[in-house]
Amino acid sequence: MDPARKRRLRLIVALGAAVALATALVYTSFSASTEAAKPSQVKPGRSYELTGKVVNGSVSYAGDQLRFRIRDRDGTGSVPVSYTGAVPDPFRDGREVIVSGELRGHTFVGERDSLVTKCPSKFTKQGRRS
Amino acid sequence: MAGVGSACLAVGLLTALYAAGASLYGARAGGPAWVTSGRRAIYATAGLMIAAVAILQSAFLRSDFHYAIVAEGSSTDTPTFYKAAAMWATQDGSLLLWAFLLSLFSSAVLFLTRRSLREIAPYATAVLGVVAAFFLLLMVAWENPFNTLAHPPAEGAGLNPLLRHPAMMIHPPMLYTGYVGFAIPFAFCVGALITRNTGADWIRATRRFALIAWTFLGTGIMLGALWSYTELGWGGYWAWDPVENASLMPWLLGTALLHSIMVQEKRGMLRIWNASLVCATFVFALIGTFLVRSGILDSIHAFGASTIGTQFLVFIGIVVAFSVVLVLSRLPDLRSEARLDSLLSRESFFLLNNLVLVGLALVIMWGTFFPLISEALTGQKASVGPPWFDRLTVPLALVLVLLSGIGPVLAWRRVTLSGLRRVLVAPLVFTLVALVALLALTNASDSPASLAMFCFVAFVLSSVAQEFLRGAAARRVATGEPWPRALLRLAGRNRRRYGGYLVHAGIAVLFLGVAASSAFHDQRDVRLSPGQTFHTGDYALTYRKPTAKLGGDRAGTGAPISLGAVLDVRKGKQRFTLHPSRNYYPTQDPTQGVIGRYFNGEANSEVDVRWGLKRDFWLAIRPDIGSLQKPIAEANRRFPTASSDVQALVIAALTERYRKNPPPAAFRAIVSPLVLWIWIGGAIAVLGALIAVWPAPEARLRRVRSLYAAKLGRELSRA
Repeated sequence: MDPARKRRLRLIVALGAAVALATALVYTSFSASTEAAKPSQVKPGRSYELTGKVVNGSVSYAGDQLRFRIRDRDGTGSVPVSYTGAVPDPFRDGREVIVSGELRGHTFVGERDSLVTKCPSKFTKQGRRS
Repeated sequence: MAGVGSACLAVGLLTALYAAGASLYGARAGGPAWVTSGRRAIYATAGLMIAAVAILQSAFLRSDFHYAIVAEGSSTDTPTFYKAAAMWATQDGSLLLWAFLLSLFSSAVLFLTRRSLREIAPYATAVLGVVAAFFLLLMVAWENPFNTLAHPPAEGAGLNPLLRHPAMMIHPPMLYTGYVGFAIPFAFCVGALITRNTGADWIRATRRFALIAWTFLGTGIMLGALWSYTELGWGGYWAWDPVENASLMPWLLGTALLHSIMVQEKRGMLRIWNASLVCATFVFALIGTFLVRSGILDSIHAFGASTIGTQFLVFIGIVVAFSVVLVLSRLPDLRSEARLDSLLSRESFFLLNNLVLVGLALVIMWGTFFPLISEALTGQKASVGPPWFDRLTVPLALVLVLLSGIGPVLAWRRVTLSGLRRVLVAPLVFTLVALVALLALTNASDSPASLAMFCFVAFVLSSVAQEFLRGAAARRVATGEPWPRALLRLAGRNRRRYGGYLVHAGIAVLFLGVAASSAFHDQRDVRLSPGQTFHTGDYALTYRKPTAKLGGDRAGTGAPISLGAVLDVRKGKQRFTLHPSRNYYPTQDPTQGVIGRYFNGEANSEVDVRWGLKRDFWLAIRPDIGSLQKPIAEANRRFPTASSDVQALVIAALTERYRKNPPPAAFRAIVSPLVLWIWIGGAIAVLGALIAVWPAPEARLRRVRSLYAAKLGRELSRA
């Protein structure tokens, strides 16, 4: 094979690999992603990544099951959640949390170990001047 | 003193800008005196930053709550160790740390290159000056760490309990040193492109800095993983969190860079690629710093709404645009000196490794920014989880580990069949033996990806060992040295090469730990009452008794209350005791009452780990303090204005009550095989990198000689 043709072949192979990777990225990410939703938006029949705040005084344990309500960050809609698995340290009333799962009946059932709590913030800004 | 600190920042901004202006003017028209003056202005900036950091640190150590940053991030009851680390737990303090490290690094590199690279250095000085000026501007205009409070509180809020971990002292400075360090190759690359000196000189001058930056960033990432494993109470070391990814991306690109610059040094190839890679690495280092502060992505690290996201975005945009224009305008100067002779050569394997590393970085970037991408494309904010990352990164990581065993033993230019046989037969045989042993003796075949990784690790380790033994054997023949000395001398004489091999071995060991612990760990969540026993794997775990400590938690984090448990673990004849606990930190929230505020504030696991070379036993506890809430409420009502002595008595009584009548506590137990090897491998890699960074004795001698020669030359010419 003459060198120029060989180089062109290499280029085509390299570009082909890049396109394959890009397609895999796009395809897998859109099919594997879970939609983020607020408590007022969830509907039965599909899974969500539910984000919102833990309603004050709603946290209770039933055996290994953690039960609480999540409300919209800036609204009134709320949904009860039942969850098993690891509970992050900062989890408590009023915290912003993210939990994956789906609505079954009227309760949002979280996937095991999917609960994420945002810490009050590493770079705190409470009561800060300007 | 706060005024002096602010002044240091303002003057530092001016000197950084002056450094940029003077060195540019010097390079264009003004002559070397201006260039020297610009360089010295960078030194001056470094001096000012040292002063600013010293002032701020002394304020933290004195608990001077006139400083807003001290009142927010520290308190008198924060242990001294954590007072010293509190500076970089705040937004403005961490910006100061960035500027401080950048100015020190810049000064070091400009001092070392003051007599070489005369054409490139002025432009590099200008770039470093502009970057420093940006960070100083952020502080001067928006986030001044020296802001003061008119009415200082009597007590500060204290360092966030989650950050009270020994790694906190060094993890952020290490990461920042890594981010900052990549500014050096970027600055010199820009200088080389502007002056069209696109050979390998600038690479030789900054290669070492790139390696140092890479080492620090890697160490920082490893320490972050350790923090996650031992402090966060969920038992994992990597979660594909946006902020973790933000540190991994520049590290991957930096890894690619360290390999591809070798190709440019040895063969004069890949120049466009290198220039682009240097720019991309620096941009990702900036993005890493930005992601931590912008709050645009949801993350466990959760960063409060920030005031400087826009500024960062603008700056990153400028750097990207400038880099793209610069590289495109210099394309004719960046043509390769050589062509790829053969696909079976070291350079083509390095190229392949670069493509895989960059591919890996792109995958992680896509996943990290996917919420933004999907919102832009579909209007729905969606995200991809760890399974997605695992599915795409595992195959790439496998290829990468395999390449790290093949690439370095191949010859440059072209490999002959006999050469290939010479370097590959022994490792392949060893790998085959390892595969058979794994299949016969372990259940590794349950996870094909892990099995493949184990085999590749065996391949890399044996191939590295073969290189060491071959080299040492050759030395023995030539010098008659005994084996240990021959090995040491061999590594000492070819530090880059053998340091590099050691890094490869370390990374292979690290992946051994990752593959084993991610595929074969066993995690259980149980609730136990004292006296109950539960079994996980071969372990029997008995909850012996609860513990309650006041003002003396095991980890020395300064928590007033620590509730925990003593558990006996039995496995065959092996017996040991674990003491997991949970620390409770007081909150300033007045609605919790004077007593309740001690129990219902932040709480945080102090995990107990029984480390082992074969496997770890990891245990965390979550005590149930629900039964205490009634007495707490009563105590709040009865002692609303109690003195601190009375408060202490009441708290002691409450914790005693918990100890006497403990409700069932929730435990999480994890048996994780080989996980310790992640950090052992990391340590080996760091050791290898240090060996590669350290100047060889000959090189030092050569430099001294050339300095003498230059001095002699000057004196002769004067005479």
